[in-house]
Order: sequence, then C-alpha cells, then structure tokens
Amino acid sequence: MSVQQDTLVRTSERPEAEQHRIDKALARKMRKRGDESKFWWLIPTVYIIFLMLPIYWLINMSFKTNQEILGTFSLWPQNPTLQNYAVIFTDPSWYKGYINSIIYVVMNTVISVLVALPAAYAFSRYRFLGDKHLFFWLLTNRMAPPAVFALPFFQLYSAFGLIDTHIAVALAHCLFNVPLAVWILEGFMSGVPKEIDETAYIDGYSFPRFFVRIFIPLIASGIGVAAFFCFMFSWVELLIARTLTTTAAKPIAAIMTRTVSASGLDWGVLAAAGVLTIIPGAIVIYFVRNYIAKGFALGRV
Amino acid sequence: MARIDLNHIRHAYGPNPKSDKDYALKEVHHSWEDGGAYALLGPSGCGKTTLLNIISGLIHPSHGQLLFDGQDVTNLSTQERNIAQVFQFPVIYDTMTVYDNLAFPLRNRGVPEPEIDRKVRETLDMIDLASWANKKARGLTADQKQKISLGRGLVRSDVNAILFDEPLTVIDPHMKWVLRSQLKQLHQRFGYTMVYVTHDQTEALTFAQKVVVMYDGEIVQIGTPEELFERPRHTFVGYFIGSPGMNVMPVTLLGGMAQIGGHQVQLPSPAMPTAAGKIELGIRPEYVRLGRQGMPVKIAKIEDIGRHKIVRTRLENQEIAVIVGEGQDIPAEPHIAFDPKGINIYADSWRVGGQ
Amino acid sequence: MEKTWNNKAWFMVLPVLLLVAFSAVIPLMTVVNYSVQDTFGNNQFFWAGAEWFDEVLHSERFHASLGRNLIFSAIILLIEIPLGIVIALNMPRKGWGVPVCLVLMALPLLIPWNVVGTIWQVFGRVDIGLLGHTLANLGINYNYVQNPMHAWFTVIIMDVWHWTSLVVLLCYAGLVSIPDAFYQAAKIDGASRWAVFRYIQLPKMNRVLLIAVLLRFMDSFMIYTEPFVVTGGGPGNSTTFLSIDLVKVAVGQFDLGPAAAMSIIYFLIILLLSWVFYTVMTNYDAER
Repeated sequence: MSVQQDTLVRTSERPEAEQHRIDKALARKMRKRGDESKFWWLIPTVYIIFLMLPIYWLINMSFKTNQEILGTFSLWPQNPTLQNYAVIFTDPSWYKGYINSIIYVVMNTVISVLVALPAAYAFSRYRFLGDKHLFFWLLTNRMAPPAVFALPFFQLYSAFGLIDTHIAVALAHCLFNVPLAVWILEGFMSGVPKEIDETAYIDGYSFPRFFVRIFIPLIASGIGVAAFFCFMFSWVELLIARTLTTTAAKPIAAIMTRTVSASGLDWGVLAAAGVLTIIPGAIVIYFVRNYIAKGFALGRV
Repeated sequence: MARIDLNHIRHAYGPNPKSDKDYALKEVHHSWEDGGAYALLGPSGCGKTTLLNIISGLIHPSHGQLLFDGQDVTNLSTQERNIAQVFQFPVIYDTMTVYDNLAFPLRNRGVPEPEIDRKVRETLDMIDLASWANKKARGLTADQKQKISLGRGLVRSDVNAILFDEPLTVIDPHMKWVLRSQLKQLHQRFGYTMVYVTHDQTEALTFAQKVVVMYDGEIVQIGTPEELFERPRHTFVGYFIGSPGMNVMPVTLLGGMAQIGGHQVQLPSPAMPTAAGKIELGIRPEYVRLGRQGMPVKIAKIEDIGRHKIVRTRLENQEIAVIVGEGQDIPAEPHIAFDPKGINIYADSWRVGGQ
Repeated sequence: MEKTWNNKAWFMVLPVLLLVAFSAVIPLMTVVNYSVQDTFGNNQFFWAGAEWFDEVLHSERFHASLGRNLIFSAIILLIEIPLGIVIALNMPRKGWGVPVCLVLMALPLLIPWNVVGTIWQVFGRVDIGLLGHTLANLGINYNYVQNPMHAWFTVIIMDVWHWTSLVVLLCYAGLVSIPDAFYQAAKIDGASRWAVFRYIQLPKMNRVLLIAVLLRFMDSFMIYTEPFVVTGGGPGNSTTFLSIDLVKVAVGQFDLGPAAAMSIIYFLIILLLSWVFYTVMTNYDAER
C-alpha cells in the first residue's frame, strides 16, 4: 500500500514519534472543521443594506420639496417637510385609492380563504374521481400570466356590469390566490393526524361543528399564512386591478402611475405615495413575523 | 478507547449560577474505566443528557475538567475529542449509500481509499448490513438506520468512546431486543468504552456493566445491576429500578428493631448505625413474604402479570407491594413478613444500613 | 396518510371549482374564441383557423421577445437561487436577529409591483437617484433610458432586489427544520463546512428549492409591471418581454386575434416549462 508521507492517517506501520506528529496535525485540521466563520453576519447585513437603500431613498425624497429633490443632491432632507403627505391626505382622489385597495384586498383574502378551506380539506383527507388532475389544474391557474387575462377579464366583467367595482377586482384576483390558498392549506392540513377527525366523530361531533370548533383552531397558523399570501399577491398586483377599474374602485398603485404623467412629475408627492403603499405590507409582515419561516415553506418541509 | 475521568464537573445553563438549584448538573466526580459499558439512567430532566453532551463536547461545563486517558480535553472541540455518538433519532446522510455513510468519517479525515474500503467492509459485517452496502440509506428501516449511525462510530478504530443518547426510542419493541444484544456482543468482542443514556431500566440493566443512576442533576449511585437491585444507595434508586419499585416506609429505630406503626420488624445486622433525620425502611416486593405469619394486612388489589402476581396490600396506612409466585395461593387472612436479606435503612433518603 | 375514497368530497371542492371556472375558464374560452377568428369590426367575426397561430409562431417579433424573456429568466434564476441559498445559510438561527432579518427581508415582497418599478426608476436616475448619481460620480456614463445594457442591468438588479428574499425565506424554512443532531453528528464525523452543506443542508432544502425555482421561473416569465414602469420595454425593444409585448399587441394595437393566439402560446410555454422543471426535479429527487 503506497501511502503519501503527509496524509493524516493513523496506521500501525508508522513509528511512534511520527504518529504523534500526524495526530497533532489531524487534531488541528479537525478543530476548524464545521465551525461557523466569525463573519457570518456580514452577508445578511450587506444584503439588508442593499434592500433598504432604495426604500430609504424613497423615504428620504418623500420628506423633501420638489425643488430640493431637483435642486440639491443630499443624503437626507435638508429642510424636512410633511407637505407631500399633506397633499395626499387632503386630496380624496389620492386617499380614496388607499381605501379602494384595502377593500378589494380584504374581500379577496376572505373569499379565497373561505372557499379554499373545504377544498383543501377534501384534498388532504379524501381520494375522489379526478382529484390529482383537479389539483394540478388548479395550480396551472397560478401559472397564468395576468397579461393573458387582462383583456378577457375586462370583457367578462363588462358583460356582468361589474367594471369599476371592488368585487370585480377581488374575484379576478381569486384566479391566482384561490389555487395558492388551497395549496398552502392542504399542506398544513395534511400535517394534522387523521385520528383527530375520527376521535371527534366518535365523540359525536357533526362535521360542520367539528370543522369549525376543532379543526380550524388546529390549523390557525396555516390559515394565517394563507391569508398573508393572499393579501400579499392581491396587494402587489396592478395589471388586472387597473384594467378592471376606472375611478370608483381604482387602487392607489394605479393612481400613482396616472399622477406621474399628469401633474408634471411631482417627485415628492410620488415618493410619499410610494412610502404609504409600503406601510400596510410592513404592518402585515410585522404581525406574521413568527410564522414567516414556516409559512414560506407552505407547510411542506 | 480511553478511560474517562470526570473531574469535579458541574454545569449550569444560566450565566451566573448561585445556589445548587441553578445547576442542571451538580458536582460529578468519577472515573469510568477503559472498555467499560456504562448506562446513564434517570427520568427526563435529571441531567443525563447534559452529562453526555459534556463528554461529547457539545456543551462546555461551567466547572471542572474532563480527561480522556489522563489528558485534559475540556477545551477541545467535539471534532478533536475523537468520539462517536448515536442519537435518539437516526442521523444518517440520506442521499448517500450505506457504504458511503460509513466511509464518510474516514474520508473527512483523509484516510486512503484502500484502507477505507477495508474498514468499511469490516464494519458492515459487524453490523450485519453487508448486503445493503450499495442501497441508498434513506429507504432503510429505523433500526437499520440506527445501525448505520453506530457503524459510523465503529468504523473509526481510534475513537475514545462511543456515546448513545436514548438510541432505541424510535425502534420497534422486538427490534429493540435484537439491537441491544448485538450491541452487547460488539462490546464484548471489541471492548469499546460505551456510555449509554436511557430512561428505560430494562435497557440500562441489560446493556451495561455499570449503571449510573441520576436524579435531579446528581449521580445517586453507580453500580452493577445487581447492586442497584439489592442495595439501592438512595430511595430514588429503589423506586426507579424494579417493577414495581421498592416499598419505602417511615420507621423508628429501636435497638435492633424497626417500628412500623404498631408493628416491629427485626433488622438484619445487630449494630444499626444511629442516624439522624427522616428514617425509612426500604424493602423490595421480591423480599416480602405473604403468608399466615407476620403482620396482618388488607389486600387492595391483585395484578396478575403472567410470570407472577403483584399483590397490593395495606399495612395500617402504608401501601406495600408483594410479589407472589403464580402458583401460590393467597390466604384468607393475609399476613406479611420481611426477609431480613432485603431490608435497607435510609436516613434522609440515603442508605445508612442493611445487610 | 391513508386517504379514503369518497366521491362526495367533490361537493367540498365545488365552491373553488365554480369560482375558478368563472375567473379562469370563461376568460380562457374567450381567448380561444378570439384566437381562431378574424374581424373587420362591427362585431362581425370570421373563422380564421390556425392562421393567427401560424402568424405568431413565425413572427420575428414574438421570437425576439420570447428569447429575451428566456434569457431574463435564466439570468434571474442563476443569480437569485445561489444568492438566496448563501444568504439563508448565513442567517441567524435564534435570538433577536431572526425576526429583524425576516421582517426586513420580506419587505420588498409586499411592495406593489409598480411601486417597485417607481423606486428603481427614481433610484437609478442620474439627477435625483442615489444609484445613478453614485455611478455617474464614479465616471460611468449610466443611462438606463438610452443604453440597452444599462436598462438590462437595472431591470435585473431590480428583480434581484425584489425577489431574492423569497428564495432566502424558502431556504431558511428548509434549514430551520433540520434537527441539531445532524450538525452534531457532522461535527463528530469531522465533516467540512462544504460537506455539511452538500450532505445535510442541501438535501433538506430540496423540496423548498423546487418550489423556489418554480415560483421564480413562472413569475419572471410573466413579468410585466416592474420593467414596464422603469423602461417601458425600451430603449427600442431591448427590454420588451413577452407580457409587455402582449399588452402592446392587445391594448395598444387592439389586434385581438394575434394577441389571443399569442396568449395561448405563451400560456402553453409556461405550462410546458413548469411541467418539465417539475418532472425533472422530482424524478431526480426520486432517483437519489
């Protein structure tokens, strides 16, 4: 057997002194093994700074007047002003956009989770004719590009006279949120042992009572996660929401784009409006922060 | 293989331990022999896993030193201590074959391939998995996975000790027995120093040469299974080992006699130490005789467990369990007598006298 | 879990079915309808057969935007997946750092997409944006409005900014599910940092990585709003991805037939590629 002189191995054929030296070298090598580097925090820190810089810049701009933005380049507002926010909060065409967005987002979240609950239960507990195909077909709707659907949606909702209503946007967003909610909830429900259902039936619970009183509390975190995702995707979507609304239900994000071109680029107001669209998301994240890690795995790790 | 010296080791999880209560592990000072098979036995939260993790280097003790063969390893990392460990749930590398799982620790240490091959094949034979060598590890059963975890320790000929942390928790009952006897065989053939943590007395008593009973962060007794059974040093050992556990009752000592309520029992040795504190008499159910002589008792319950019957009796207000042979009948007016061989006397829960 | 066979479960799926049928099947049928007809206005339609499909499939414009979109998705996946894994591996596992990291990282995910576009549009401007200003001061003639390379750079860095966190959070969820015993065993076996990643962490992240790749692929292939706000598809057509092109055809030119045919081809490509990704990765998983 040919052995390299410096391989760090114990073999019986070596003299004692050399073996000792090899042991020491091996121990040194092993000491460093698997230990975390001391600078691990550098990577998430740099990444978070990268994430925060553009947002900071937006906030920074929102406290400046338009003259200051265009006139001097500064890392923080020289003469902080709330003027931009005042414009938004006093002009109904601005703040109504917020109310509209929140109304249809909440409607969509409630509808999506409510219809997804029984379906997810069926997928997680029963086998039935065509279940796998149905599940896959549902997921394909998550893959549908909104751009493909924008025009047909407009025609469909025109036919029903639903254009420019909140419910139209809420229903349209169900296209991608319902499949997602079913998928997430199915993952969480599969984690609940079936014995719990059976025990409840033996104890004399009817199905609806069991579902509401026992099962839903068990998957509360799953419902929270599903609601979070529905909120998120409905809140950030613009293409469909803008297509289906003209004035009465127009989302804030769409009002922003309009104002950019119309009012001769008032950067300060634009930035303030942008900051205000970030806030609801930030609040929602803060409330679900403890579920984020599990939620993003969709209950499936 | 190595001798393990635990030199005044104490451990607290909190930063500034003040009183004894803050310590998860109170002072441990013992020496465990090279090639011994030790079981750490105790209920959950007694500190046995803490002690194991101190030996493996996953926890650094707050006080004291750990020596392997006289060498201080307290400040060495897990990797440098050269130990092997089998965990409660099988830890295997899912994506590798059984063969690669066993070769993994050797490859990490830069052992040349031919030697790896020789060692791995040897180990596969030892753990009876030779025919599975090229299978993916993920498809195996729980007991096979535990054997792989064990194999990853065995394959390194130079390990100082093999540690087991409740390794049979997830194994089916009938396989538990098989694995335990294989483990014992391996120990007898190759003489590894083994430390085995468990809360199951059967596991501890069948596996180990020496059982270390822990209670509330302390080692209450180290002894052979027989010593633990016959002469429990602490009433806890009496309760915890044996099924049912030892009967312990408060007594007052009067010369060579013990007074239990209105009855007197002859103690074995004439010169009983005079001890202060709460005095108790302990006797295992195996040493209580049920018959027509002795102290009159009432029978509360009889449990027939096949090999023998457990008779729950009451002597005044004291419950006493008695083990009665399957064929033996129970008299209408039962009396019990204590076999002097089985009597132990405890002061403040620690054994002060007996045979 | 053993599931029982029960066809009554259909009733529980029914609400979802009706809702999705309303919001997906009917619009999709409209699209199919348009794709095989031609019109001269006045609501008069003629059967056009596969004419539009033929036209779209042979149009260089479609090929070009499809190509751009594929390149874009490939670059996005190549940057975001490894970057997400590296960041997730270095996230704190306990203590106050965990919620701070999670909340800050998830923030870009909840910003409306056109606001993401606006943020980067502003951020990249040489006159008022931090990024543009800094690059200009470094002597780089940065102009995403006129230089296609700069436009691509901006769109890609914007997408990395927007979506890498999704990959990070998915991977992180996979990582925290690994019991400590695995790391302890790896230490005992003397595994290197790389071996720990390769044999413990990566296998555990498999499933979530599959979800991450699928979601990132689908979403980057459907991207519309963010590049539309920043570059409007320009300069020229250099950042005109499929969705932007489709909206130009359908809304800008109101060519319903070609737009519908293009929609269907587009949708089928996404379905096909997602299915290929899915089967390849699950098969690979099953083999191992």
